[in-house]
Amino acid sequence: MSSPAVVQRSLTTLPSRVRRRPVSWIPHLVLALGVVVFASPVYMALIGSTHDPSTIARGDMPLSPGQMMVSNYRQAWAVGEGMRVKTAPVRTMMMNSFIMAVVIASGKISISMLSAFAVAFFRFPLRMFFFWMIFITLMLPVEVRIIPTYAVVTNLGMINTFWGLTVPLLASATGTLIFRTFFLTIPDELVEAAKLDGAGPMRFFWSILMPMSITAMAALFVILFVYGWNQYLWPLLITTSSGMETIVIGITKMIGTGEAQTDWHLIMATTILALIPPVTVVVVMQRWFVKGLVGTDK
Amino acid sequence: MHRRVVFESRLLPYLLLVPQLAIVIVFFFWPAWQAVFQSFIRQDPFGLRTEFIWFENFAYVLSNPFYLSSVRTTLIFSATVMALAMGSGLLLAVMADSDIRGSGLYKILLMWPYAMAPAVAAALWLFMFHPTVGTFGRALNAAGIRWDFMLNGGQALLLIAMASAWKRVGYNFIFFLAGLQSIPKEVTEAASVDGAGAFQRFRKIIFPLLSPTTFFLLVVNLIWAFFETFGVVHALTKGGPGKATETLIYKVYVDGVVNLDLGGSSAQSVILMLGVVALTAVQFRYIERRVHYQ
Repeated sequence: MSSPAVVQRSLTTLPSRVRRRPVSWIPHLVLALGVVVFASPVYMALIGSTHDPSTIARGDMPLSPGQMMVSNYRQAWAVGEGMRVKTAPVRTMMMNSFIMAVVIASGKISISMLSAFAVAFFRFPLRMFFFWMIFITLMLPVEVRIIPTYAVVTNLGMINTFWGLTVPLLASATGTLIFRTFFLTIPDELVEAAKLDGAGPMRFFWSILMPMSITAMAALFVILFVYGWNQYLWPLLITTSSGMETIVIGITKMIGTGEAQTDWHLIMATTILALIPPVTVVVVMQRWFVKGLVGTDK
Repeated sequence: MHRRVVFESRLLPYLLLVPQLAIVIVFFFWPAWQAVFQSFIRQDPFGLRTEFIWFENFAYVLSNPFYLSSVRTTLIFSATVMALAMGSGLLLAVMADSDIRGSGLYKILLMWPYAMAPAVAAALWLFMFHPTVGTFGRALNAAGIRWDFMLNGGQALLLIAMASAWKRVGYNFIFFLAGLQSIPKEVTEAASVDGAGAFQRFRKIIFPLLSPTTFFLLVVNLIWAFFETFGVVHALTKGGPGKATETLIYKVYVDGVVNLDLGGSSAQSVILMLGVVALTAVQFRYIERRVHYQ
């Protein structure tokens, strides 16, 4: 769905008598409450990651940080194993997640850009058929075709590999749609000028289209990086050796059945570490991210 | 919409499409076809004999009380998640849209949960509401409320709904805020000059103008609550206690991957696919109408 056109707000302001809100502290109150509700689970995890396991297991974890922060994080990062949980070190799982997210994001962007270029800048038989073929995959989320897709990946021998983890997720109808819409706004004169100067299609793609698409690519990258990092069901099926696990899967493995007597300090340290990269990407690239999300994810 | 000026090449456009189409065919259309195919057959456990059984798998699934209760669980769960996430998203967006100091900071502090994996959200909520370890879980028990989501199905469902909604508010906030910001200020200002109070302005002007955003969010949130919350269920309750939190997508996973009932699981997949297709169709019909009248 295309977002309602962003209408520039009027710069002319009405007299302050009309504009003044009688109860201006209400928005602050509600927003601050929202911020606290959003932040408190993370705060609790942060506190949990600084105490020793027995304090947590006894059930009297204070609301202030403990002394164990450095050693807990060091243990989670480099060792990963505690008294009860047994996973790969966080740095291994983080690296797996990172590779997966970056490959998915950049792969989706390149593949969908190429196909959008074909659909937007050429006339050829079956053009719209192919476009619809790509488009219709929007209706087939990985979750509903999970078992047969898993069978395909098994038959291709891609279980427990980065190929199996990423390639099946690389097709992107959303990406193709976004780039096609964007390409259609590029003025014909630009294409004509390029042709007059003797540029072939690929030259045009590299020298003109790519530089013009940087913003769209950045916006898409944020969304797809988060998408890749947060994948769950797929890596759960595809990774069977602990050395291949992504960090999100690692957390669930650590939780297990969620008994009281477990290495909560490690689980919480891992959880905090797992949410740092995607949250950082979203916060740092906020402007592009919001634009990309609202303008395109429809 | 098509370009007037295009490049001429016979082979190149097909080459450009090859990577995308290859992936789409191998990992989308072929598995989807396999799911449809398997939903119509019965295989013996060793895969030696295959029998075409028409709609027997579907009949079995649809008459299975566990499936029907899973439908019910999923609907209750999705409705709760959507009400919580959309309601608070809208409230926060309306507040952040009013011109107050520091609205930029509020925006960042409210949208970051978007970046969180559902399973990570589940881990955080487990740690807070664990009946013996969690700070809030213990507080509830100390206050005389018997809180143990590992034994009480209703509480388990509430917990996964809370964790999912909490993770999803940021998304709704972003879209509602963008929707609100696209409403021309003149309209609401004119209304306030005419003496409409804040609540009246919202009910009579802002909310109707937001309806495209709201409708879009209804559809996407429904699909999200159906499928993307797998991680929350798997990390927090594993469908339990009993089958109290076994949502449809979790059941596809359990029946197919754990119980190896390929026919039943495929039939469930096909039913879900039909649901998504129907929802997407509704959404596109709606867009068409909107574009038409614009």
